[in-house]
Amino acid sequence: MSPSLVFLAIAALAVFGFFLGRRRVLAMEGTRIRASIHSLPSYYGYYMALWCIVPAAAVMALWFVVEPTIIEGLVLSAMPESYRAMSANQLTLVMADIRNFAYGNAGTRTPDPAIADAVRNYHGLHETGAWIVSIVGACLGVAGFAIGFWRINPQMRARNRVERFAIVVMIIASTIAVLTTVGIVGSLVFESMRFFTKYPVFDFLFGTQWSPQTAIRADQVGSSGAFGFIPLFTGSLLITVIAMFVAVPIGLLSAIYMSDYASPRLRSVAKPVLEVLAGIPTVVYGFFAALTVAPFVRDAGSAMGLDVASESALAAGVVMGIMIVPFVSSLADDVIHAVPQSLRHGAYGLGSTKSETIRQVVLPAALPGIVAAVMLAISRAIGETMIVAMAAGLAANLTFNPFAAVTTVTVQIASLLVGDQEFDSPKTLSAFALGLVLFVITLCLNIIALAVVRKYREKYD
Amino acid sequence: MTDIVERPQGVASRGAALGVHATEEAQKRLKRRYASEWRFRAYGLTAILISITALAVLLWSIVGQGYTAFTATTMSLTVTVDPALADPGGKRAQDDLRTGDFQGIARAGLRSVFPDVKERSDLRALYTILSNGASDAIRDRVLDNPALIGQQITVRIPVASDYDMYAKGFAAKTPKGGESRLSPKQIAWFETLKADGKIHSSFNIWFLTSGDSRQPELAGVGGAIIGSLLTLAITLAIAFPLGVMAAVYLEEFAPKNRWTDLIEVNINNLAAVPSIVFGLLGLAVFLNVFGLPRSAPVVGGVVLALMSLPIIIIASRASLRAVPPSIRQAALGLGASRVQVVTHHVLPLAMPGILTGTILSMAHALGETAPLLMIGMVAFIVDIPSGATQAATVLPVQIYLWADSPERGFVEKTSAAIMVLLAFLLAMNAIAIFLRKKFERKW
Repeated sequence: MSPSLVFLAIAALAVFGFFLGRRRVLAMEGTRIRASIHSLPSYYGYYMALWCIVPAAAVMALWFVVEPTIIEGLVLSAMPESYRAMSANQLTLVMADIRNFAYGNAGTRTPDPAIADAVRNYHGLHETGAWIVSIVGACLGVAGFAIGFWRINPQMRARNRVERFAIVVMIIASTIAVLTTVGIVGSLVFESMRFFTKYPVFDFLFGTQWSPQTAIRADQVGSSGAFGFIPLFTGSLLITVIAMFVAVPIGLLSAIYMSDYASPRLRSVAKPVLEVLAGIPTVVYGFFAALTVAPFVRDAGSAMGLDVASESALAAGVVMGIMIVPFVSSLADDVIHAVPQSLRHGAYGLGSTKSETIRQVVLPAALPGIVAAVMLAISRAIGETMIVAMAAGLAANLTFNPFAAVTTVTVQIASLLVGDQEFDSPKTLSAFALGLVLFVITLCLNIIALAVVRKYREKYD
Repeated sequence: MTDIVERPQGVASRGAALGVHATEEAQKRLKRRYASEWRFRAYGLTAILISITALAVLLWSIVGQGYTAFTATTMSLTVTVDPALADPGGKRAQDDLRTGDFQGIARAGLRSVFPDVKERSDLRALYTILSNGASDAIRDRVLDNPALIGQQITVRIPVASDYDMYAKGFAAKTPKGGESRLSPKQIAWFETLKADGKIHSSFNIWFLTSGDSRQPELAGVGGAIIGSLLTLAITLAIAFPLGVMAAVYLEEFAPKNRWTDLIEVNINNLAAVPSIVFGLLGLAVFLNVFGLPRSAPVVGGVVLALMSLPIIIIASRASLRAVPPSIRQAALGLGASRVQVVTHHVLPLAMPGILTGTILSMAHALGETAPLLMIGMVAFIVDIPSGATQAATVLPVQIYLWADSPERGFVEKTSAAIMVLLAFLLAMNAIAIFLRKKFERKW
């Protein structure tokens, strides 16, 4: 008896309830209670179906969310004394191990007896829980069915009740966005606070050394762990600047050319090209940068007698710039189209050529929008992960040399959190501090961009 | 344009007659202005040509490196299923057969083709032509039909990646630019097999159906495709209803107050949050707080759903806004309730636009990599996932993993996996364009 089967049964019951409710109210009309029905018959059906499915589904969903916590608590409390004495951190690892064995993700390792017992216990509890929730869900479904059936009568304002329910659901759906933001800010701030209890904030923000390898054993030498943010930030900045040098002129000029010069034939080619460029996943750009562009840049550099790292910032930046071209171009296109035609006509009437009109009339009028577009593009470039993860390196060099290898904030977040981690080490937690800084930077850029647009937008109408 | 049609007769100086615009200086200025006009046009055209060239180079380099992965070099090998190797216990039990030395059988079969290779080191070099798939292929045949033990069978097996690369003509082009990894002897053996007609080149169905492997010749994107589909199904199941409901509420019902303003600001900001931050959210909340399994499509699906939610909401709102108010007023005038107006009239009319936006956001989610790295979908997973809570990987992550492997065989596989991913994206975009073209209405 699995909860999902029970759920399907309840859903079937709800469908049945829909038809039954409709029939029932029609049958009641004008007979026992001498009145015409308030709402359309199907609303009575919906009413009954909702009573049937909503309480049961809510309870089952709640169980699905809290089940792991409850079961894990029970499993751990049933384990031998030696395990219960462990620190919270070790217990997390033990629990992860139990989970892996329980879900069959542990490969061919054989668990030690205590773990094996716990896994058996886990399975047992899981089964018991499934039984309980199935029975409770089934009872609620049937009870809801009965309540709905009992409540239906032609005078009930079924439509109003069903519609009120629909609106409540919509309100809940619309708050998910707020909850997501709360979740992001909450988790980033919480984990960052934990990091800052182990590592001073000031050293993090202004340190010029980044080497997150902390000593695993106490007697290990060398890796002391330094979490200075500056080299990562300059790396991000360097690659972003290179990307902007590529993306802004190309994006802006293609937007201008497309809107003012291009023949329909060229436009019918160029527009899809930009759309395809926009739709290519970043991991593909990363592969392209690492395999085609980076070697090309290196060879070209050494042919000119320059010393270019094989994972140079230049290659990653150029490819990132290409990725952002369609973004800049479509934003610039919107902005340029928002400049009223009358301004152009005025300029033409004074004898300007097309390019003079664009440079001296259209672009100044569109400037705030273009600035905002560039800022949004910068925020995208800073937050971009895959291209830099594949084409730029992991070496945290504090340099502005585009031919050197640099690393970025996003690459470090990814490399710190990929693979197994223990959740208490400053190494893992530092990723959340980096994430927080990244979030704040991109948020500021977006807010400023929107403010710029709002402040300087001229009203032409 | 008006030209000066009538020119005054008998005037000596043209310049004086035509005014200030016809002087030497003015002509020069005009020339300069036209030149700068021409230059500006050239810049614009160059910008567009750069974009087109970039796309062409990208596609060309990927297709050029990847198309060969869709054919596989296979070898027909005749082996004698030696009972001593296949089933030393002699009980013909399935479990015993599973552990039989089928590699030994394959090697014996290969030795019988080259009876004059005797030296140990030579034999070792010869065996490299057999991939791990060889013993698997023989084992599967024997498990299906234990009566084959003791008989001679012919199996078609993939050759090892180095030989595959050689057969496809990439031998001299190992990634680091070095020499082929095959010795002249090995190449000679391979050529002998080829001359005997034992080497074939066929469509690589294996690549599309099998899971990941450490051996390039056995690695496939089947597992990653299934993982991607599972993840995307969960993303769609969560993001589509929530997104449409939120959009309907904000566009049709929400009062204009601080709370709805806050929601709107939130949605706009979420749309611009870097994707890796959503990965951090998934790691901190879904894995550490809720204890959901790592690497599972269910977590990946939820994270991607949160990521595509703002995009769907924004697209749906635009589509709802495009439905003219007259429709709402007419329905209200006929006595429909506000919910009825939306469900019976506005939503059906806005649906094509909503679906287009949803498909595009799903295409975006399909190509997303970074947040999935955070929640552990980078594990090396051989099995094809059969459920949403099982460890799985997705296509873009598979590409990321393979891109790190130095073997030439994996370069080919990576490019081919990218081609598969791009094909999916292209299909989704084509559907979106079709929907837009078919149902688009101008009011």
